Amino acid sequence: MNLQVDVREEEQEKHVLLNGEVDVYTASLLKEKLIPLAEKPNAAIIVNLSNVNYIDSTGVGIFIGALKASDKSNSSLKLIGANARVKRLFEITGLDEVMDIDSDQREEV
Amino acid sequence: MAQISDLIELKMPAKPEYVGVVRLTVSGIANRLGYSYDDIEDIKIAVAEACTNVVNHAYDDKEEEQVMLLKCGVFADRLELIVADRGGPIDVDSFKNGKGPIAANQPIEELKEGGLGLFLIETLMDKVEISGDSGVVIAMTKFLQRGEVEQNGNGISKEAPNQ
Repeated sequence: MNLQVDVREEEQEKHVLLNGEVDVYTASLLKEKLIPLAEKPNAAIIVNLSNVNYIDSTGVGIFIGALKASDKSNSSLKLIGANARVKRLFEITGLDEVMDIDSDQREEV
Repeated sequence: MAQISDLIELKMPAKPEYVGVVRLTVSGIANRLGYSYDDIEDIKIAVAEACTNVVNHAYDDKEEEQVMLLKCGVFADRLELIVADRGGPIDVDSFKNGKGPIAANQPIEELKEGGLGLFLIETLMDKVEISGDSGVVIAMTKFLQRGEVEQNGNGISKEAPNQ
């Protein structure tokens, strides 16, 4: 019931690898790491969710916050590697309608 | 209707770190009853959304006893989960106000970051009742989908057209 957030920066590309669960407890850590990246100008943020086994509305809210911040700073935000459960939550909440979500991991390499 | 066979009650501090514990507890109970993997995951999200609401909104910092209460009624054909707080009376109508999915037609800067929790609870569970006389009480039911159990109409199939 924890979350690990690893950030790897390659010039403008910011790779964020999440491991664990995104809920009300781990949300503050994710926010702390993700929002400053999204506020950087002209960045391409790629959040890898392939090791996320649980996410709820708190996580969706953070991605919306990050999307807003990236929009303001002329950056882009993309979610990759979501498993079927996580993807389903994105569909129900409508996050998939407003955000670039790719469950295909080939983009990562 | 089947008689209640077991009642499980938990009283926990209304702190973020315990929401995962509630999830695990409920997941264990649902697993024991034979719910499918997807149903268990739905129940976990719904109960976590209700607890998250307690943690984020029920109490002012000054209040002394900040608890979240979980009751699980185990029936032959369903699981009834009640999440309650003691944060004082609320207006149920305004509590329900603003819930819904993300509105895709809005400009990005106007997208709302909240209001999804209650929407998810109502989408993922079969029956949801909310009262607010002495605090928020969210009672939610998930039916056990077996061959002989009547299929509930407003379950999981709703989001399929999104594909």
